[in-house]
Amino acid sequence: MEIAFWLIAAATIYFLPGRHLILTEIAILALFALSLDLILGYAGIISLGHAAFFGFGGYAAGLLAKHALVTEPVLALVLSGLAAAALGFVTSFLVLRGSDLTRLMVTLGVALVLREIANRYSELTGGADGLQGITMAPLLGIFRFDLFGHTAYIYSLIVLFVLFVIARRVVHSPFGLSLRSIKGNPLRAAAIGIPVDRRLITIYTVAAFYAGVAGALLTQTTAFASLDVFSFDRSADLLLVLIIGGTGYLYGGLVGAVAFKLMQDWLAHLTPQYWQFWLGLVLVAIVLIGRERMGRWVSPLRILGERLSERIARLFGAASGTEGR
Amino acid sequence: MLTILFDGVAYGMLLFVLACGLSVTLGLMNLINLAHGAFAMAGGYVTVVLVNRMGVPFLAALPLAFLVMAALGALLERTLYVHVYAKSHLDQVLFTIGLVFMSVAAVDYVMGSSQQFVKIPQMLQGQVDLFGTGVGKYRLLIIVVCGLLTVALQLALTKTRFGSRLRAAVDDQRVARGLGINVNAVFAVTFAFGSGLAGLGGALGAEILGLDPIFPLKYMIYFLIVVTVGGTSSITGPFLASILLGIGDVAGKYYAPKLGAFAIYTIMIVVLIWRPQGLFARPTTR
Amino acid sequence: MAPALETIGIGRNFGGIVAAHNISLKVEKGARHALIGPNGAGKTTFINLLTGMLRPTRGRILLDGEDITTVAPFLRVRRGIARTFQINQLFGDLTPLETIGIAVSERLGSGADWWRLPGSRPRVTDDLVELLDRFRLADVMHERTATLPYGRQRLLEIALACACKPRVLLLDEPAAGVPEAERHEILATIEALPADVTVLLIEHDMDIVFAYADRISVLVNGELFVEGTPDEVGRDPRVKAVYLGEEAIDG
Repeated sequence: MEIAFWLIAAATIYFLPGRHLILTEIAILALFALSLDLILGYAGIISLGHAAFFGFGGYAAGLLAKHALVTEPVLALVLSGLAAAALGFVTSFLVLRGSDLTRLMVTLGVALVLREIANRYSELTGGADGLQGITMAPLLGIFRFDLFGHTAYIYSLIVLFVLFVIARRVVHSPFGLSLRSIKGNPLRAAAIGIPVDRRLITIYTVAAFYAGVAGALLTQTTAFASLDVFSFDRSADLLLVLIIGGTGYLYGGLVGAVAFKLMQDWLAHLTPQYWQFWLGLVLVAIVLIGRERMGRWVSPLRILGERLSERIARLFGAASGTEGR
Repeated sequence: MLTILFDGVAYGMLLFVLACGLSVTLGLMNLINLAHGAFAMAGGYVTVVLVNRMGVPFLAALPLAFLVMAALGALLERTLYVHVYAKSHLDQVLFTIGLVFMSVAAVDYVMGSSQQFVKIPQMLQGQVDLFGTGVGKYRLLIIVVCGLLTVALQLALTKTRFGSRLRAAVDDQRVARGLGINVNAVFAVTFAFGSGLAGLGGALGAEILGLDPIFPLKYMIYFLIVVTVGGTSSITGPFLASILLGIGDVAGKYYAPKLGAFAIYTIMIVVLIWRPQGLFARPTTR
Repeated sequence: MAPALETIGIGRNFGGIVAAHNISLKVEKGARHALIGPNGAGKTTFINLLTGMLRPTRGRILLDGEDITTVAPFLRVRRGIARTFQINQLFGDLTPLETIGIAVSERLGSGADWWRLPGSRPRVTDDLVELLDRFRLADVMHERTATLPYGRQRLLEIALACACKPRVLLLDEPAAGVPEAERHEILATIEALPADVTVLLIEHDMDIVFAYADRISVLVNGELFVEGTPDEVGRDPRVKAVYLGEEAIDG
């Protein structure tokens, strides 16, 4: 099933050349959602301000490019991610204590503070107009960013894939298991010797790294960074992505991102001004229907998908041994 | 200085009236209702329609706004909210954010996206001389009205039977039910009342806070700060938190306009690190 | 030789309420020590103090002679003290395999491994298999814990504490809530605990206490009331008075 997903994703490079711009958006959103899933689905931390790391990484990448501090985009990407991770580390202590509401407030507060700072220091960040005048050097010195977004999409997809594989390894490891136990019963987790705080800080920092990379990708692929990377809307949309796709199994962010973007695109065509209404309605409906029930509806599809993918994998395996992974 | 204090207190008391419904529903029903601001906004718009378009006197429109929002609150509580009481906090957050989006878009559609102003009666405009400084009449009204409301609330909670039932239900729902208290009715009435108060706050606050479709999003964080810092186990907690927030915000904007809302958020974060349960919360059994 | 576990003048207040007062208790190595007392006597509070979930208002706690009074709960587990909970505290979505696996991994230092797959370390797997066998959970090891019958969950609860290979094991009413038919399995498991593990047992069921314990302490209103061998305590008229009515219900 997983192989099928990535094969299809890779196939879109060739089969949907005209849609690369929106596909890049989907890939970035998917990475962002993946980063939130790490803390929400695996560690049980509710965050309304994950956009803080997204935006921080985004502005870091923008500033690195604009002032030609680091011109090679991949390197800049990693550095921006690390910057966001540092921010994540520093703020992780805020989410260790307190109730769900406290965590909500604190995470939201951090995102808002960052937005205020970005707004305040407009000489540096461009303020409400955004960070402009960014020109991206070719990737690894070779691949230019083209106007149609082809390079951007392949770049984003590869970054998503690499980070996904790492995340997958992490969540299936003993570390990931300890996170799930912390999420399930933090009291008992501590009572069997798990250093709960340390694990939470670690995953929060890693999630911040991922979010920062996503933000940096956005800046690099659009050559622009604006204040709305910190906006509440972005964090809220992200939550919607994860509830559509489901949390706790990593693919939720990816599937949800696709579904969300498609839905958003469709709704925006229908009612350009008031699509937020329908978004809200979907949110309300999903919660009322119940996320587990939705999962149950989806599972026959998933089983079908699994059988299909086995066939496809065999086909591809027969045709060429080097496709996909 | 005195004006700032005065304005800050007025702002704070307004915030309190707006936020106390949120505090009570959170403490009572363990419900995170991010859509609380939408009720306030609706109250503001109801007042605009009543006063500007239907010529109802401002002071008469206030209780009407309260009643309309209370009715709406009761309706929504019984039809929608009742389904999410048992769900996780995340689900509640998502649900109420969905409601906010819907209400923001709906209001935008019906009333337009520009800021609306309530026609304040002549007698409430301008200033009056108090203790040697000029104080805004409108803000004075706010302080008076909100002050009376707060006192009434405190009395209702401590001196009436309903108040005791409410406090029992907040403290331990299961035991309260076991004692024969109709907890569902308490929920419904409280939610309605809280929404009504929000509506009243929105009506009063339209002049000061600015009324436009994104009101719930703009001010949601303030309400949440009041509730988180003030705790949910009393009236006095959120009251004090609101006053502090009100004075802090007004003072901050006056003395350090460059910082803007930055100061508020940072203070909130600091407070929450220091006391994750809020400044005034009592340890609860939950 | 230092006792396995010792408390010196432990006290804990909650505002005006005194939950524990001047409790000085010694548990010798390898002992089967029972802590009994009427409801509300403060037994679970005491356990919480021992494990670090609560900080004592005064007094000290010594584990094998080392002062652990200010040591964090998860570190105390590493020092060798583990507990079970009166009401099962398990990980509903995890399987018994995963549950015990994580505890064993933690103990052997590979709990933070983020690169390896679980089960790739033979030392972990060996211990894991041994525990699953000993507690007869092997046949359900791939089931979600939440779907297991209560008695099995209780076995998992105890297995989980044992997975930490503690020197001192605190059992908080291990038979509580277990249906009559499954009780004997719990009891057999407790009796089969290794002799070098010191056990402090909280129990209401006097049959279990008198069959199992070699020493009994009685806690009343947060204070140590009486202490001695089962015979001594069983014959003490003060204990009988305290338990008047309780024994008829619980015994």
